[in-house]
Amino acid sequence: MSLELGDVSASATGARGSGLIGLAVGVVLLIAAPFLFYPVFAMEVLCMALFACAFNLLIGGGGLLSFGHAAFFGAGAYIAAETAKSFGFPFELALLCGIASATALGLLFGLTAIRRQGLYFAMITLALAQAIYFLALRLPFTNSEDGIQAVPRGKLLGLVDLTNNFAMYYVTAAIFLAGYLLVARVWRSPFGQVLRAIKDNEPRMISLGYPVDRYKLMNFVLSAALAGVAGAVKAIAIGLATLSDVDFTTSAAVVLMVLLGGMGTLLGPVVGAVLIVAMDEYLAGIGIPVPVVIGVIFIVIILVFRRGIVGEAVYLWNRWRAGARA
Amino acid sequence: MLEIAGLNGHYGESHVLHGLDLAVGAGEVATIVGRNGAGKTTTLRAVMGILGKRAGSIRVMGVETIAFPPERVARLGVGYVPEERGIFASLNVTENLFLPPTLAEGGMSADEIYQLFPNLKERGRSQGSKLSGGEQQMLAIARVLRTGARFLILDEPTEGLAPVLVQQVGRVLEAIRARGLTVLLVEQNFRFAARISDHHYVMESGKIIDRIARAEVAAKMGRLEAYLGL
Amino acid sequence: MSATALFGQLLLGLINGSFYAMLSLGLAIIFGLLAIVNAAQGAFYMLGAFIAWMLLHYLGIGYWWAFVLAPLAVAIVGMIIERTLIARVYNLPHLYGLLLTLGLLQIIQGMFVHWYGTSGQPYNYPAGLTGGYNLGFMFMPAYRAWVVGASLTCCFGTWYAIEKTRLGSYLRAATENPMLVRAFGINVPRMVTLAFGTGVALAGLAGVLAAPIYQVNPLMGANILTTVFAVVVIGGFGSILGAIVTGLSLGVLEGLSKVFYPEASNLVIFLIMIVVLMVKPAGLFGQTR
Repeated sequence: MSLELGDVSASATGARGSGLIGLAVGVVLLIAAPFLFYPVFAMEVLCMALFACAFNLLIGGGGLLSFGHAAFFGAGAYIAAETAKSFGFPFELALLCGIASATALGLLFGLTAIRRQGLYFAMITLALAQAIYFLALRLPFTNSEDGIQAVPRGKLLGLVDLTNNFAMYYVTAAIFLAGYLLVARVWRSPFGQVLRAIKDNEPRMISLGYPVDRYKLMNFVLSAALAGVAGAVKAIAIGLATLSDVDFTTSAAVVLMVLLGGMGTLLGPVVGAVLIVAMDEYLAGIGIPVPVVIGVIFIVIILVFRRGIVGEAVYLWNRWRAGARA
Repeated sequence: MLEIAGLNGHYGESHVLHGLDLAVGAGEVATIVGRNGAGKTTTLRAVMGILGKRAGSIRVMGVETIAFPPERVARLGVGYVPEERGIFASLNVTENLFLPPTLAEGGMSADEIYQLFPNLKERGRSQGSKLSGGEQQMLAIARVLRTGARFLILDEPTEGLAPVLVQQVGRVLEAIRARGLTVLLVEQNFRFAARISDHHYVMESGKIIDRIARAEVAAKMGRLEAYLGL
Repeated sequence: MSATALFGQLLLGLINGSFYAMLSLGLAIIFGLLAIVNAAQGAFYMLGAFIAWMLLHYLGIGYWWAFVLAPLAVAIVGMIIERTLIARVYNLPHLYGLLLTLGLLQIIQGMFVHWYGTSGQPYNYPAGLTGGYNLGFMFMPAYRAWVVGASLTCCFGTWYAIEKTRLGSYLRAATENPMLVRAFGINVPRMVTLAFGTGVALAGLAGVLAAPIYQVNPLMGANILTTVFAVVVIGGFGSILGAIVTGLSLGVLEGLSKVFYPEASNLVIFLIMIVVLMVKPAGLFGQTR
């Protein structure tokens, strides 16, 4: 049972020309952000945005809904935090350790779940992630409820002092941009095309001789690794790795971000992440229960707004262009 | 019993029925014949209310049913025997037989059914999936006979059946006609259809292109052979 | 490890197992007809417990009335939700149904956390079931014996109703081929609504049974749900009996592991799930749909 969750074109950043303009605008925004917003908040947003892009690789690109992606995010966070704090690893090494653990976990989850489709896949990833949550609760180094705190930022490559918020921000932004461009690259590559073909018609791809499971597994591991990057950077930038990084609310939140922004678009997850993180902050201040709002948004999107914000914008843009041409 | 006027039907995006007109009088047996892909099964599904998108007019026993959901069409007294027979694998034969609720008085009693279809009694406890093609066909017909439906719709009842079973289906249909029931039949096997049917509707590309009464069949055989590619 | 401790854990495992069984039974019924995994099943479990508590706390209505009224109320809430929200996603890919019910879970749970916080409300054992029996090898609390008896009766009663009765044959047929069942004149959409109501009522009933044991806590649904999902994956969605047997066995296994290796007891079910997935991806009793 594959997931045909709406076929929004992947050209959300438009045709070549407007894509480059869009990219330039994005870079300008990235550079300007720490002057407009509190740098630590901006870093958190970027990490969640990267997490959402990683998740979109799986659901928008591969058509598989994972309910446990927080496991990878959290694994990256915990391992990076622990190696930086207890082992004194420099930033880049801690990051690599975090990524490696998320990738390994992704391989484990992927091998277990990849043969199943749709609903079963979602439930399996949920159950597996819950197992990771239990581990995070019990393992000594994770400090269960308290988490790992006061994670040192150290120096990047021994040169750049990351305790300066601006420096940390720009490093985060650079990593985010690299991740975003990587997703875009994968999406447009032959690999991405094969994945989309598998999403649309897996039996046909099997009959054509493609090793479908291997493609899906590779996509899954890539998605997990990227989520691990997001988690690792977040842990060091914010200085915290906690249980909420691995729990189900985070997995649900990233699903919502991608749904809200627009599945199958490149920009959608970013937009969704920005909105959800901002909304989270705002609502926490007012005292309206966040899960209720998240639930309502979920339902509204599913019933009437399945293309998501960016997806809807792309759809309307294409229709306007088609009408203007006629 | 049945009057179809200007029926247009769609399967998803494709426009399958193009302004179909058809009528079956009470107590008659009518067949729809035509080549594969002409839209015969689609027509039956439209009458039953199973086809998603339809427009036009379908009157069953005088009632306009174009917008009815399937359960309302059935409740008028229509019995459906689909092409795939639709025997439920997770039910045994007796459960399959008694599944369709009684729609009206005058349906065959269990005894009458077992007389007409002797195998079904012995196989009562078998799972639906264990029956042979012929047994499934008999069961599919038997269960609508139980309901008291006055109007039966059968889709390719002899498909894939051995000649001796085809004859049995023929006898069953004769018994049905003898009870005064109305039958609309889709049938690829023209010889079978010719023996039982009062008139034939020839269908091509979603439209009725000819109506040939029983008496005319011999005279128009050449035309029929051309239509059906026989 | 004494025999008393062992049997005590086995009993608790049996109780947990019967809750798992009831919830996954409800999930199986709903999935069979709607092809939707009801992620809100945990919320309905919690709702059942809370309604029982609210009946007592606000209206002074005791356990035995709650035993009947709470699942009924849960069923009504469920059927309203099915008609207004869930029915709208039937034409969409099935994962939207899961996401929709997930949203419902968030809303229902979020509201109760907001109103009642995350610490539990106590709910007393009903009068008449407060004592226990000394069986020699262990002490059997009366209430726990009741829970096991009631849930097993409920589970096997449901199984019987589905597999052996005429109404059950309608359900089984509609699970296989809903369009054809409608073509016979049976109002399948109404059956679907009722089935949903029944599925969630089972969860609600489990909640009432659980209330005196586990206290009434807004998060109790989320806690049990992931385990129930694992149970369902292990058992597969194909069979009613499979759901019951898997739920019970896994509860008992979990209880046993608590005796021998307490730290890993939470993980046992997930480990079993991984093994089963490697060996029999469709689940122990499953049929690929």
